[in-house]
This record gives sequence, structure tokens and C-alpha cells, in this order.
Amino acid sequence: MTTDTSSMPEIDIDPRALRHLADAQVNVELDTGDMILNMGPQHPATHGTLRLVVRLDGERVLAADPIIGYMHRGYEKLTEYRTYPQITTLINRIDWLSSFANEVPFIHAAEQLMGVEAPPRAEYIRTILTELSRIATFILFLGEFGLQVGAVTPAFFGFRDREYVLNLIEAATGGRFHPNFNRIGGIKDDLPWGWVAETREVMKKVFDSCNEFEDLLLGNEIFVARTKGIGIIPGDLGAAYGVSGSNLRASGVDWDLRRDGKPYLVYNELDWKVWTHPAGDSYARYWVRLQETRESARMVLQMLDQLPAGPVMAKVPRIIKVPEGETYVQTENPLGEMGYYVISKGATGPFRTKIRSASFSNVSILPWLLQGVYVPDIVTILASLYFILGDIDR
Amino acid sequence: MKGPKVPGLIKGLGVTFRTMLEPKVTVQYPHEKEIPAPRARGVIGLQEENCTVCMLCARSCPDWCIYIEGHKEKRPPRREGGRERTVSVLDRFDIDYGLCMYCGICVEVCPFDALHWSPEFEYSEFSIADLLHDKDKLGEWDATKPEPEPYEEGAVVKAAKK
Amino acid sequence: MMLAADYWWIWTIVKVVVVLAIVPTGALVIGFVFLFKVMSYMQSRLGPMEAGPQGTLQLLADGLKFLQKEDITPKQADKWVFALAPVMVLASTFLVFVVLPAGPDLIVEDIQTGAFYALAVSSLSVIGILMAGWASANKFALLGGLRAAAQLIAYELPLLLAVLGVVIMAGTMSMQEIVSIQNTGEIFGWGGIGNPFIITQIVGFVIFMIAAQAELTQPPFDMPVAESELVTGYMVEYTGFRFLFFFIGEFGTAFAFAGLAATLWLGGWAVPWITTDAWWVNLVGVAVLFIKIMAISFLIFWVRFTYPRFREDQLQAIAWKYLIPIALVNVLATGAFKVWM
Repeated sequence: MTTDTSSMPEIDIDPRALRHLADAQVNVELDTGDMILNMGPQHPATHGTLRLVVRLDGERVLAADPIIGYMHRGYEKLTEYRTYPQITTLINRIDWLSSFANEVPFIHAAEQLMGVEAPPRAEYIRTILTELSRIATFILFLGEFGLQVGAVTPAFFGFRDREYVLNLIEAATGGRFHPNFNRIGGIKDDLPWGWVAETREVMKKVFDSCNEFEDLLLGNEIFVARTKGIGIIPGDLGAAYGVSGSNLRASGVDWDLRRDGKPYLVYNELDWKVWTHPAGDSYARYWVRLQETRESARMVLQMLDQLPAGPVMAKVPRIIKVPEGETYVQTENPLGEMGYYVISKGATGPFRTKIRSASFSNVSILPWLLQGVYVPDIVTILASLYFILGDIDR
Repeated sequence: MKGPKVPGLIKGLGVTFRTMLEPKVTVQYPHEKEIPAPRARGVIGLQEENCTVCMLCARSCPDWCIYIEGHKEKRPPRREGGRERTVSVLDRFDIDYGLCMYCGICVEVCPFDALHWSPEFEYSEFSIADLLHDKDKLGEWDATKPEPEPYEEGAVVKAAKK
Repeated sequence: MMLAADYWWIWTIVKVVVVLAIVPTGALVIGFVFLFKVMSYMQSRLGPMEAGPQGTLQLLADGLKFLQKEDITPKQADKWVFALAPVMVLASTFLVFVVLPAGPDLIVEDIQTGAFYALAVSSLSVIGILMAGWASANKFALLGGLRAAAQLIAYELPLLLAVLGVVIMAGTMSMQEIVSIQNTGEIFGWGGIGNPFIITQIVGFVIFMIAAQAELTQPPFDMPVAESELVTGYMVEYTGFRFLFFFIGEFGTAFAFAGLAATLWLGGWAVPWITTDAWWVNLVGVAVLFIKIMAISFLIFWVRFTYPRFREDQLQAIAWKYLIPIALVNVLATGAFKVWM
């Protein structure tokens, strides 16, 4: 099964130039046939039910074909038959590791159609929780990326440190993984007493955890040898394929929707930095996410200092009927750019929702990216792109 | 491969060695238990006297896991010479926790504050059918609901919504 | 031995039974202490705690669980090769223990070419692994088996060259004599701690530890068993007691290699202060050897739990481009040192 390259854009870079070691065949008469390996839907490296059919020549990949859809749950159809509060509950589960961030663009779309603005305290709390979700999912990434390249210990550190953030989210919203906290016009409830102090403590732990990952993995020569130069995504090619988020920033493209897109939440009131790395390889993606975790922790501390007093819910009717209209809201989710195109016909639920999920586009670059790499590098590349199957398949 | 730079490898060994000597984070359930936050969505409890069988919770549940049946009864008038009142009486109020998503929409929409969250979570069963909790069981869960707690500074909340 | 030569067959049976008992026991002890407890502690968790006090009986429970599982052979697998592969791997582990001394009298057979025999016999496991990889009729197992063949053969050479340094220093290949030379030797005229070869052969020791890590297919050299890609590689189709054989083989071999390293570099069962030949030295020897084996196993497993794994080509590059030249230089230097000192 070869990849049909006729429809792909012309690129300067010869994929075969990515072969970094000896190409010479030792003995031409021993030229063996290609082997087709099915890294099937159940595989520890594919982060869920992704199926990769690769054609191998020995240990080198000639062509790869990702097959998705094993986890399709029909979200867009579900939203046609549910009301807005019910949909808020359901879309938590698209990217389940950073679930608060999934609710935000949808609620913003609904609020835009209704012409309602959430009060500033609600926006601040929303941003804090979004950044906490980002920290939670990135810490898990930092840990399980080590697991994919072979080190078993960082995975446990990742889960352990994520627990602190999840406990915070549970204290505020009631749910660790699925907060279901946004409502049209604001958030459901205010923060409990003592939450701000506890969050400051947890952010200290997050900084310690990032330093630990840096010592354990980033400086490790074996890790560097496994990830430097592997899976280089050129910046313009990545943008052409729709790769977004930290993957694109690790290829040197300075683009972050929190700063460059339409302003949403309270990011333009904070003093923060967008991290990029010129290399574009797996090491760069790991490095960028590590820095972004630290940056998110700093943002949370700033927001805790600047938290305004006030109500957390705007005046909205009890039964919410969103007026007719359509809008598209896109946000910088931890996995990349997520967008919701909501068409409303004046009912209690949307008429149609189109969900643009980040991982779907991130995975589209795999056939190009996996050409010419070794089998262990497949695992490294898959882990470094960091997609969630629920996000791909919806 | 370039020549080995030892420091990075040694630092990694140091991290694991240090972690080996530090206290462990394991909580040995069931001998030790962690207490979840008061707001944790563990189980829903029903305060039966508040319920007026308005069916709002059953209608708004995304999973349709609440089963309500009720009938109307006549009650004596409140004052002398008044009209007879009709009240709705609950026959059956079941929540199927095998279907429940723990979203909390039912708790929120109830206009009479009959449903409350409780952080209890230890109700696993060996048979899925036992996960259908009936009116009396939900009444027991209601006894475990936490007291409303104070809010963070700067909060201006009109009613204590849980 | 003390008994007359007529009763040699009794002693043979005793020795066979002892070796058959030691290997699983050693494997279980190492498995529990390092794979369960030390690994858990390094990952900030407690590990198994329920089976037995502090989880000590967990491996027994695991062993019983494996024994009662259904014995599945893939339909397209080569039945006899599939069945014999774990036996080969386990057999090579047992055979190494023939020359491992645990006391002045506690050795199954003190072969004059003990070190040579130990290395030769430990390479038999490569055949078993290749058999497992090929006979499983599974592409992932095949990848694992082929990677294992390349890796294990490549790392035999540094292993050998490191041991060669010790043999040159000792002047003999017999394991008991190597132990006694270290025990009674002197460093620049001081006989306080004897002359353990780790002091003069530190380079050889490091090379042996790295090569042993690769021979045991432990991270960072666990490409054949790359858990996140091949999910136990060549062992992937093995269930039940066949997998138990591989498991015991893996940890038994770790025990054996640690024993070899302890004997060749750390002085084995001997403690320099005890030079008598009384019968109780045997008991002390067993304890001392056990402690030294635990120390070396700790090194092996500490590295295992910390580092990510090398890719196959990087692995081969390390063996051929770095370890073998350094080991050769070490042999040359040792030879020169021995001749001129």
C-alpha cells in the first residue's frame, strides 16, 4: 500500500534526505520483500485506537497509512438533539485530558450568538481553569513521552503531578476530568474558600515537576539521541497540512491563537510569552511543551493576583433559546487549534455544530512524516505529535 | 553518535535515587481513604419533601437516566372554607447510576432544591441492575450531603447553588 | 568431596536439585526486590502490598496465576520450535550456575576453563530467543527476535573482552582460583581488602556492566522487548507457564550475570579477613555472595528504571564503535601491566 503522492503540494525537501544512516544494500541478491506491519487499533504506542498500516523494508518505513474512526462517537449529530447545557456536558469528553478547554469555544460561540458577555470574574476563572487543564495535560505528556521512548519512571511522575492539578479542578468544579463548569453567561459557581492559596501551592509543585522532567529526560543523552532530528516538520509544510498548537510552534512558526487570533478570555490582560523552537523535531516539541507548562503556571499565578471581585454569572433567562445566526469560534487548546462552528435556528439547542478538532489535522501529516524513518521512530513521532483519539474521531 | 556527556545521565540517576528515598504518594485504599472535596460529584441525593414531580430533572437529563412516576392527591384545604388542594405525590424516583454521566444538570435545574450532590463514591455493585437507586436509597444519600461552604474572597453570589 | 567416589551419583543429583532450586529462587528474590519494590519506590509508589506482608508473596501469586492459565499456541506457529524456545533460554540460565562458586566447597564443578564456559553457555539463549521470535508467526515477535539476535551477538564481544582482562590479571580461567587470587592478593603490598579486580579492571567492570545490561535486554538496551512498540517482542505470543519460563529466565540470567560480575570483579564469596577453610565459611560465603549480587543487581535495575531505550542502530554503534575498541585497549593495557609488573 503506497501513499499516493500526486495530490500533495510540491515541496523542496526530499523526504529521502531524512534517511540519516547508510542506505547501501549489503548484498543485492538478498533483497528481501517488503513487510506490511499493522500497528492495529490496539497498540500501546498509538495513544488509543489509531490504526497504522506501515510497509517496512527491514526496520525502515517505506509508507504509512493511518486509519482513524475507531472511536467515532457522533458528537456533531448528538449536538443536533441536545440543549446547550447538555452539550456542554458532552463536549467535555472530546479531548478528555484537558476537558475544560473543550467547553470554552462552544460557550463563547453561544454567548456571541446571544449577545451576552460573561462578567470579568467569570472570564478570569475560566482562563485559570483552562490554563490548569493545559498544565494537567502537558504534565501527562511530559511523563508519557518518556514512556514511549522507553523510560518507565517519568510516566508515573507525570500521573503523580497531574493529581495535584486534578484535585484543584475537583475542588472548584466537582469533577476531576469532566468539569462541566461553563454556562452560557458565565460559570456555574464561584470558587470555594481557600482555593487561591491552594492553587499557589500547586503551581510551586508544577515548577518543581518541570525541573524534575528536565533533569530526568531533557538532559538525558539517550533521550536526546532518540528525539533530535526525528520527525522534522518544516514550518510551512506543517501550516499547509493544518498542524497547529505546540507542534507548529516547535517548527519555528510564531503563532498562538491566544495572542494572534480574535481576543478571547483574558489573555490580553496578562504578561506572557509564546515559546517557539527552530528545529521542528521531536525534541523541539517536547521542549516547547515543557516551557509552555511553566508559562501556564506563571499565567495562573498572575491571574490569581489579578482576580477581580464580582458576580460570576450574567443575567440570562432560565430557559435559554439562542437567537438565529451562525458563528465560528476558535481557541488555542492544549492539543492545538480547536474550533466550533455553531448554526442556531432559535431553538434550545443548535441546529448544527461543526467541530474542528486539532488532532484530526495533526494526524494528517503522518503519511508524509513517517516516510523513511525506523520503526522505533514511529513511536517517538506519534508520541511527540500528542494527539488524543477522542479529538481525532469525535 | 557524539561522545557521551556524562552529566545528563548521572542527573537522571540522581532523580530516581532521590525519589526512592522520599515518602511515597500511594494511598492504600481500602485501608486508607482519601477524602474528596466537598463539591465532588459523587452521588445525587433526593429530598423527597421538596419534590413536586415537575419532571424538569428527568427531561433535562442528557442520558434519560431518571425515572419518575407520580400521582395527584387531594389534600384538605389550608384554611376553613377554602378549596381543596391537589398535590403531586412521588411514587417512583429512580436514578440509574449505570447511565448517569454525573453532569449535574438535574441538580441545577430543579426549581425546588430537591436534588443535592454528595461526595460519596463507594457504591460499586456486582450487578449492574443494583445500580438503579430508588427513592429510599436516594433519601439516604441526601443525608450525606455536605454543608454549604464559604466562597473565596471577592465572590458575590446571590444564592448558594451547588 | 568427603564421600567416597562410589557415591558420585548421589552428589550429582544433589547438585542438580540445588541448581534447579536456586535459579527460580534467585529469580524470584530479584524479581520481588527490584522489579516490584525498588522500581515502585523509584516511581514514588509502594508497589504490591496486599499479598503477604509488604507484598512478599506477590510473585508466588503471580506464579500460580501463570500456571493455571490456558496454554495457547498460535495456529500458524511452528509447534515444536515454539515449545522448545523457552526451554532453551531457561537451560542456558541453569548451565551458568554450574561454575558459580558460593563457598570454598560450594561449586557444582570447578571447571578449569570456568569463565570461558560461563560465557559460552550464556550465549545459548540467543538461539532460544530467535526460535521464539520466528516460531511465533507474528510480525511483531519476528521484529523482536531479529533485533535480539543482532543485539545479543554484538554485545557478546565486549562481554568477552572485559572478562579477558580479568583472566589475564588472574592468570587462570577457573572461577574458584580467581576468587582466591582476589582474596589473598595485595594492592601495592597492603593485603587489607585483598585485591578485588574492580580496582585495576574498573574499565573492564564498566564495560561488563553495560554489556550485561544489553545481554539481559534491559533498558536502555531493550529494543527486542521494546514495550511500547512490540509489547514484549519475541515473547508476545507466549502465555501461561511458557511465559513464566521466559520470566524466570530473564531474572535468573540477571542473577547469574550479577553473580559472574561479583565473582570476577568483587571477589565472589570471599571476604579478605577470613582465610580459613572451615565448613562454616561456606555459609558466610553464601551470604557474602548474595549481598554482592544484590548490590550489582541494584546497579543493573537502577539504570533500567531511569533511562529511555536506544534505537537499534544507536545500540549497534555503541557496541561496535565504542565498547569493543575500549575493551581491546583495556586488554592491551592489562597485558602490558601484567608483563611489566
